[in-house]
Amino acid sequence: MAESSVARPFDLIKLNLDEMVQVKLRGNRELVGKLHAYDQHMNMVLGNVTESVTVIDVDLLNHQATGANVVKRNIEMLFVRGDGVILVSPCAHPHDG
Amino acid sequence: MFFYSVFKTLVGKTVVVELKNDLAIQGTLVSVDQYLNIKLDHVSAVDSARYPHVATLKNSFIRGSVVRYVHLPASAIDTALLQDATRNEPGNR
Repeated sequence: MAESSVARPFDLIKLNLDEMVQVKLRGNRELVGKLHAYDQHMNMVLGNVTESVTVIDVDLLNHQATGANVVKRNIEMLFVRGDGVILVSPCAHPHDG
Repeated sequence: MFFYSVFKTLVGKTVVVELKNDLAIQGTLVSVDQYLNIKLDHVSAVDSARYPHVATLKNSFIRGSVVRYVHLPASAIDTALLQDATRNEPGNR
């Protein structure tokens, strides 16, 4: 019968170990880095990370968004707590997204 | 319990704990527990001008649930070991 080595969502994440991944977090944050470790809570350790925070500027008088600003920074080794993680996706080398 | 074990190997190292309220605290890791609550010694706020209320603190206990990130010293992490341990974790489906 058809048997899959990717049985569950966490198996998909296991495929990304030692690969560059893109992680979307709560608070309009994104991380791109190499996945070194994770657990069932989606706590993770990422290496060579670029964090991108998107800030929306709002014109308060007219209630309009006047622009989006992305603030980036690099962190060599980062533990990420799983309760902030929205999604994990592979990305192609080098820093993507 | 996986990251609990990882953090136990980092006791004594200097880390920066970034909280969900954007406060970033640097300190020496004293202890960690199963909830990833963290105790730090010799704390200082990373941006001390913006967060003066940390200036009087020497030690701190940080509830695990309010942590967003922990910046780790790259030299203290064996990435190959971490990846192998993750693969072999019985908790990983």
